Amino acid sequence: MRGAVTSWLLAAPLALVLAVFLVVPLFVLVVVSFYDYDSVRLIPDFVFTNYIEVFGSMVTWRTYAKTFTFAVTVWAITLLIGFWIAYYLTFVIEGTTKRTLLFLICTIPFWTSNLIRMIAWVPFLGRNGLLNQALIGSGAIEEPLEFLLFSDFAVTLAFVHLYTLFMVVPIFNTMMRIDRRLIEAAVDAGAGFWRVLWHVILPLCKPGIAIGSIFVIVLVMGDFATVRLMSGGQSASVGLMISAQISLLQYPAAAANAVVLLAVVLMMVAAILRVVDIRKEL
Amino acid sequence: MTEKTTTGASSLTRRGALALTGAAIGSGAITGFPTIWAQNIRNVTLRQAGTGVSGLNAIAEQCKKDTGITLQLTVLDSDALAQRTATQPRSFDIADIEYMQVKKVYGVGTLQAIDRKRITNADKIVPLFTTGRLTPQSPIAQGTAPHTVGFVANRTATAFQPQPTDWMTLIPTIYNADTLGIRPDLIGRPIRNWKDLVDPAFRGKTAIVNVPNIGIMDAAMVMESMGELRYADKGNMTQAEIDRTAAFLIEQKRAGQFRAFWKTFDESVNLMASGEVIIQSMWSPAVAAVRSRGIACTYQPLEEGYRAWGGGLGLAKHLSGLELDAAYEYLNWYLSGWTGAYLNRQGYYSAVLDTAKAFMSPAEWDFWMEGKPATVDILAPDGKVMEKAGTVRDGGSFTDRMGQVACWNSVMTEDRYMVRKWNEFIAS
Repeated sequence: MRGAVTSWLLAAPLALVLAVFLVVPLFVLVVVSFYDYDSVRLIPDFVFTNYIEVFGSMVTWRTYAKTFTFAVTVWAITLLIGFWIAYYLTFVIEGTTKRTLLFLICTIPFWTSNLIRMIAWVPFLGRNGLLNQALIGSGAIEEPLEFLLFSDFAVTLAFVHLYTLFMVVPIFNTMMRIDRRLIEAAVDAGAGFWRVLWHVILPLCKPGIAIGSIFVIVLVMGDFATVRLMSGGQSASVGLMISAQISLLQYPAAAANAVVLLAVVLMMVAAILRVVDIRKEL
Repeated sequence: MTEKTTTGASSLTRRGALALTGAAIGSGAITGFPTIWAQNIRNVTLRQAGTGVSGLNAIAEQCKKDTGITLQLTVLDSDALAQRTATQPRSFDIADIEYMQVKKVYGVGTLQAIDRKRITNADKIVPLFTTGRLTPQSPIAQGTAPHTVGFVANRTATAFQPQPTDWMTLIPTIYNADTLGIRPDLIGRPIRNWKDLVDPAFRGKTAIVNVPNIGIMDAAMVMESMGELRYADKGNMTQAEIDRTAAFLIEQKRAGQFRAFWKTFDESVNLMASGEVIIQSMWSPAVAAVRSRGIACTYQPLEEGYRAWGGGLGLAKHLSGLELDAAYEYLNWYLSGWTGAYLNRQGYYSAVLDTAKAFMSPAEWDFWMEGKPATVDILAPDGKVMEKAGTVRDGGSFTDRMGQVACWNSVMTEDRYMVRKWNEFIAS
């Protein structure tokens, strides 16, 4: 009995923090999403206009399609890059010191802010940017490449740059725990490189991949700054749509959009967790 | 001043002892000693919420020096400011706000009208703000012209009056005529019309401002210039007109006409300075910022005229007693010349020209206001050379520029619909 009380007490602070800073705001969000509004005021009410506008507008569907495209592309690329970086760190590099050092090098870009890392691409990719100047200077192209900046390419590039590490870390973490004897056994039994990878390493990395995927997908789905800056305001994302509504004081519309986005992202996370049981490995 | 005590502790700490002094004096015991009021005005702090355009520390410093009033500036973007004005009336004393926003927020009743009789220079205010005409002959521009939202019937009324009254919603302080900015070195041909923004020759090298109320107006100027559509009132479009305009913008976007949409001042500066864009919507200080980097940039006057905007200072409803007196003192100071000269020197215009003139050198006045070639180097407020001797201001004199206004920044009746359509365009 006393143990139970202690457990409750130990859990209470976190529960309280979550209640105040997560549950209450979410509740308010849902409530406001049913409000009415005019150009300056929120009008407490219970109307479905906001949701009707969200689902009734082609823009919403197109924006979601665009956001999914970004999420899937970025997920695939970061997974590919992240997996091989983790593989290299785990199985190719010998010695803990060297491995830790190389891992730390991976984190160096994170010593500066997200926004700065993103904006740094702008002078590099621009029409008169470093890359175009170098390519023109070397005679590779005649005219500057316009698609490099203010395009979907630029957005994807920035996302990959920003979020690959979120894939590397959890995969690296699970890979390091793989019992090397399993691989030895597989090799002894005659499995080649790809077979070991497919039947031994990959299944054992699943929890890491799942966690990395959740990070990347959630971050991309909710992003608005990267899409706006790298596409020059030309591309849309759900986050950007919400931020535009907030700046125009259409809070109920933004809240309705946020509720829908939250539901969508939760479903995506649930789907990932259904495929991979991450608890098993934590 | 009982009102004050009900605002609670936060108000007291914010203004500290001043509020206490105010409360003591405002108790009514000292009626009949106006001199004490005048002295105490020197201790008042006024909280002003405004945009970056005129929320300038230099003005607050000079105000402190001249009147003793401490001005606490909060700088917000235009929409956030409108929202704060409408929903948090106790968080500010003075609203430094645009006339188009007044149309939206004044009806909420968080501002009190300003007694014209207490404004010393009221009669000298440029007639654009009272009759809507620069000269008695000039036409009234479309859109939310300041004079249409400038007057109400009494201190607490919220319905706008068509004719000037003794109660003003705002004291006008700053205004300008906006047009397109171009890179004359890269554009390769003379630019004369708004429709040049969508010239296929500049495909992928143009930008438009992504602030719906302003962007739609720039788009309307382009549409009219092309002869695509003639609006009954660009500043108050019908749904059909909004649909046509949005469809046109989407078509242009799909064709790749725009390189980017910018939202903040520095984005527009970077787009222009880097050469990503050679013609775009622009605001005058952004043009100055590009030029100050040694890059050619012209604020191009166009045949169809300018899109104008104007802002002013409004008083929060809760102001009374000593603070209200201080606020009036501040408004009078604002129009008394120093600030006017300061704003004129940045390429804006001040509401009372005579007083500003007294604070400007004849050379400055001739350059900024008369549109004459600069006889000496024109310096920025920080002392750097802004324009070399011999330069002429883009667009010429005050009357040339403000006399060519085609429309004012507006809030439309169909505002919500327009914003939705605009967002569809941005997301398309």
